[in-house]
Amino acid sequence: MAYWRFLPERDPMSEWSRLARELDRSVRGLFGQGTSAWPGVYPPLNLTEDKDNYYVRAEVPGVSGGDLDISVEGEKLILSGERKIPAAEGVSYHRRERTAGTFRRSLNLPGMINPEKVQAELKDGVLKVTLPKAEEAKPRQIKVAGAQGGLR
Amino acid sequence: MTDKDITLHKVEAPEAEEQTKPGLVFIPAVDIYESTASLTLMADLPGVKPDAVEIDLKDGILSLSAETGEQGGQEEQALSTEYRSGRYFRRFTLSDLIDQAKIQAKMKDGVLELILPKVEKAQPRKIQVKGA
Repeated sequence: MAYWRFLPERDPMSEWSRLARELDRSVRGLFGQGTSAWPGVYPPLNLTEDKDNYYVRAEVPGVSGGDLDISVEGEKLILSGERKIPAAEGVSYHRRERTAGTFRRSLNLPGMINPEKVQAELKDGVLKVTLPKAEEAKPRQIKVAGAQGGLR
Repeated sequence: MTDKDITLHKVEAPEAEEQTKPGLVFIPAVDIYESTASLTLMADLPGVKPDAVEIDLKDGILSLSAETGEQGGQEEQALSTEYRSGRYFRRFTLSDLIDQAKIQAKMKDGVLELILPKVEKAQPRKIQVKGA
C-alpha cells in the first residue's frame, strides 16, 4: 500500500499500538488514575533484526553491567537484574520518581540463534543484545534457473 | 506485584509547549532532594551521551533537555516495539537561590546527577542568643 510510505514508521502496527496507548492514557487521565501507567513488565524491550542478527534493546538507566544477567535458553532470551538507588542520608526529598528493585523478563525470539555468539553491550543506560541468527534461520537468496522469458 | 519490583514506564510529554523539532519528547523520571547546602537532582536519561545534555538556569527556572541518538542501525527492521525513544525535556521552578557558578553535573549509566549549591545567604544560619 503506497499509503504507508509516507508514515515515518517502518512498522505501521507500532503506530497503532501507540495510538492505543495514547487512548488508554487519556481515558486513565479522565478517571484520575494518573498518566504514567505503562501496563507491562520492566524493562520494555525492542526487538529488531537484520540479515544476520536479532537485536534486543532495553533502556535500563542506572543499572551497572555487573547487576545484569543475560541468558539464552533455546529461542528464549532471559534478562534479569537489579537496579539500586542508594538513598541519600540527611536530606529531605522533594520528588522521588525513580524506582529501584529487581526485574526479570523473558522474550521469545522469532527464530533460531547461535547461543555461543550472543553479545551484550551496555552504554549510556541502554542495553543492546546482539543475537546472531543460526545458519539455518538466515534468509537465502534463491536464484531461479532459466528465467529469461520475463513476464508475459 | 511485590514492592521490590520495578514499575517503570516512560512518560511522553503533553504538548504544552510548541516544539520546534520533530520527534517525540519524554519527561524523564527524577529524584530531587535537598540538604542544607545544596539541591540535588537525579534524572534517568537512558540513551543520552554526556555531551548531549543541556542544562539552563534562568530566573529560578531550571530547564533540562537532552537529545538521544538513533538506537537502531540502518539495516534493521523492527519486529516488536515496546518503547520509543526521543528527546527528554523537563522544567522546574526553584525556590532557593542557586549559585550558578558552582553547579556540577555528571552522567553515569544514563543517569544525570546535578548538584545545585545554594548561595550563601540562602543557607540557614544558626543564630546564637546571647544572655543579657
